[in-house]
Amino acid sequence: MRGALLRILALTRKELLAVLKDSRSRMSLLVPPVVQALIFGYAATYDLNHVTYAALDQDHTAASRQLLAGLDGSGVFERVANLQRAADVASLIDARRALLIVQIDPQFERRLLSGRSADIQLIADGRDSNTAGTAMGYVTSIVQQFNSSWGHEHGLAAPPVNIVTRAWYNPNLETRWFMIPGMIGTLTLIQTMMLTAMSVAREREQGTFDQLLVTPFRPFEIMAGKALPSMVVGSIQAAGVLLVAQLWFRIPFAGSYLVLSLGLLLFLLAAVGIGLLLSAVSATMQQAMLYSMLLIMPFSLLSGLTTPLSSMPIAVQYLTAINPLRYAIDITRRVYLEGAGLDLLTADLWPLALLAALSLGAASWMFSHRMQ
Amino acid sequence: MNKGHMQRAASGSSSNTWATKLHRVRALVVKETRQVVRDPSSIAIGVVLPLILILLFGYGLSLDVKNVPIALVIEYPGPEAIELAAGFQLSPYFHPTLTRSMPSAQDLLLEHQVDGIVRIPADFSRRVGAGDAGVQLIVHGGDANRARIIEGYVQGVVGAWSARLAAQGRPGQLQPVNVLSRLWFNEANDSSYFLVPGLIVLVMTLIGALLTAMVMAREWERGTLESLLVTPVRSEEILLGKTLPYFALALVGFLLCVLSAKFLFHVPLRGSIWVLFGDSMLYVLVALGIGLLISSWVKNQFVASQLTMLATFMPAFMLSGFLFDLRSMPTWVRLITYALPARYYVALLQSVFLAGNVWSVIVPNTLVLVAMVAMLAFASRLVMHKTLE
Repeated sequence: MRGALLRILALTRKELLAVLKDSRSRMSLLVPPVVQALIFGYAATYDLNHVTYAALDQDHTAASRQLLAGLDGSGVFERVANLQRAADVASLIDARRALLIVQIDPQFERRLLSGRSADIQLIADGRDSNTAGTAMGYVTSIVQQFNSSWGHEHGLAAPPVNIVTRAWYNPNLETRWFMIPGMIGTLTLIQTMMLTAMSVAREREQGTFDQLLVTPFRPFEIMAGKALPSMVVGSIQAAGVLLVAQLWFRIPFAGSYLVLSLGLLLFLLAAVGIGLLLSAVSATMQQAMLYSMLLIMPFSLLSGLTTPLSSMPIAVQYLTAINPLRYAIDITRRVYLEGAGLDLLTADLWPLALLAALSLGAASWMFSHRMQ
Repeated sequence: MNKGHMQRAASGSSSNTWATKLHRVRALVVKETRQVVRDPSSIAIGVVLPLILILLFGYGLSLDVKNVPIALVIEYPGPEAIELAAGFQLSPYFHPTLTRSMPSAQDLLLEHQVDGIVRIPADFSRRVGAGDAGVQLIVHGGDANRARIIEGYVQGVVGAWSARLAAQGRPGQLQPVNVLSRLWFNEANDSSYFLVPGLIVLVMTLIGALLTAMVMAREWERGTLESLLVTPVRSEEILLGKTLPYFALALVGFLLCVLSAKFLFHVPLRGSIWVLFGDSMLYVLVALGIGLLISSWVKNQFVASQLTMLATFMPAFMLSGFLFDLRSMPTWVRLITYALPARYYVALLQSVFLAGNVWSVIVPNTLVLVAMVAMLAFASRLVMHKTLE
C-alpha cells in the first residue's frame, strides 16, 4: 500500500514536471482561465447599456418630446438620428446604424389629451433578435413610466395595483453575478479534460507508454498518476477564477468554501475520469484533442451557462443528466450566491459522485484490459 | 548540365516552373488527404461535430422563457384576489403553485422548485377599492436576464387584469400609450434565426483552426517537418498543401450547415448565396491561417491546441456578437473584438441570411476578412522562414 502510494506520487511529480517545466505550456494552463474570466466577465452580459435608436417624431409636441426625453435620459438609449420621413427608416436599420426606430404618429398628443389611448410604433432590427427583444422590453418599461407620470399629471385614475419587486441573491439583477460563478466550472472543465486526455495520448504517440508498462507500476497506479496532476491543475484554475470573481468583480461570496471545494472535487474527478476514458480510445494527441472537443461543445452548450436548462425540451433536459458541468455550475452558483449548504445540494452532488465513479471505473477497466 | 540549372542548384532550390510547383503541391495535398481520410478523428470534426452542433442549436438552445414555475401566495381568498390569481393560472408563461402562507413559498424558492413568489396580501381585496393595493413579487435574481423577463410577465398579467377592471367600470386603469412592436427581418421572433449565424461561425471556426493547428504542430514535434524542408518543397508550398485538404473538409461542414439552416430551421436566405459562399470561404481561410500560424510558432501539440481554443473557439462563442451584444461591452473589450475575425463573419451572416445583400454591411466586413487572410498568409510564411534559419 505504501509502495503504491509512493509510486503514484512519483508519477504525479514526473507528470507535473512535464507539464509545468515548459514555460509556454505552464502559461497556457495558468493564464487563460484568469484572462478569460476577466474578459468574459465584462462581455458575457445580456444587460444592454448602449442601444442606438432613431426617432421618427411626426407629432412634434410637448407630449412626444417628453416621451423621447424619457428614452434619452435613461442612460441606455442613444439617439443617432431624427428622421423626417418614414422612407428613411430602412436605410438606417439596414446599415445597422440604429437598432430601434421609435415612430410617433401625428395625432399623438391630441389623442392623449382627449382621454383616448395613443400608439407608438417600435421597429427593431431582428437580425439579432435576442438583443432587439431586450431593447424593446426596455422601451416598454420607459413607456410605462411615462404612462404613470402622464396619468398623475392629468388626473387620470391611478393604477389600482402596485407591484413591489425584490430580487433575491442578486438585488441589482446583474448578469455578471450569474455568469462568473458559472465560469469556474466551464473554464476548468475544458482544460482539465484535455490535459488528461492528451497527456496519455502523448505518451502513446511518443512510445513512452510502453516503457511505463514495463516498470513495476500497476495499471491503476499509472491511471492515478495521470489523474492527480490534472486535478491539481484544475484546482489551481478554479481558485484563480474564484479570486477574479471576488477580488476583481467584487461579487460577494455567500457560502462555505468547504462545500464549494467538495463540489468541485467531485466535478474534477468526473472530468478527469472522462478525460481518461477519451485517452483510452485515442491513439494520437490529435484524436485526444478532437474527441475532447466533441464532448466539450455539447457539455458547455447544454450546461445552463448561457441559456437556461429549463428552456430546453424535456428530452434534452434528460440528456443533460450525464453532463458533469451542469451540476458543477449549479453548485457553484448556489453556494456562491445563495450560500446553499450540503443539504440543499444533494440533488447535484450524488449524480456527480456517480459520474466520477462510473467514468473512473470504466477508465481503469479499459486501462488494465488494454495493457494485457 | 547547363549553367542555369547549376545556379539554381547552388542556391538551394530546384526548378521553379509552375508545372513542377503544382506537382509538388499536389503530392503534398494527396499525402495530407490520405492522413485526413485515415484518421477517424478528422472525419469526426468535419462531419460529426457540425451535425452535433446543428442538433444542439436546433433543439437544445433557447432563451425563450415559458411555463415559469412560481409560487402564488393567496393570503385571503377575496373575489379580487381570486380573479388576479386566475390571470396567473391561465397565462401560458406561468406554472403557478398555490399556497396560503409565505414561509412555505420561501421554502419552494430555496429548493429551486420555483423561480419566484407572487404574494397577494390579506388586505388586497379591501385595498383595491381604495386604489392603493399592492402585490409583492420576489424573483430569484441569480439569472438576472430571466428575472427581468419574469418581472415583465408579472406586470403584463397584472396590467391585463387592471385593464379588464377598467373596462367593467371598476377602479382599473387604461394605458395612455401602447407600444406596438415590430421585429424586422424576423417577424415571428423565431430564435433559430439568431442561432443559425452562431452555429455556422462555431462550425467554421472549429474545423478551420483546430485541425490545422494540430497537424502542423505534430510535424514539428515528430521532426517530420525538418525532413520535408530538406526536400525541394518550398515553405509556401507546404503551407498550401496543409491548407487545401482542410479547406475541403470545411466546405463539407459549411454545406451541412447551410442545408440544415434551409431545411431544418427554415431560416430564409434573403441575400445572395454567392456572397454567403464567398465570405464563408474567406472566413475559413482566416481560421486555417490562425491555426497554421499558432502551430508553426509554438511547435507543440498541447500548447497549440490550448492557444487555438483560446484564440478561436471561446471568442467565437462569447465575443462575436451572436449571443451577447457588442455595443454593450466596455470599450476595451470592444477593442479586442475588432481584432477577432468572428465578429465580422457574424455581422455578414446575420445580414446575408435575414436582411439580403446590404452592401453597406457586406463590403466593409468582407474587406476586413480579405485583409486578415493576406496578413495571416504573410505572417505564416515569415514564421516558417524564420524557423528555417
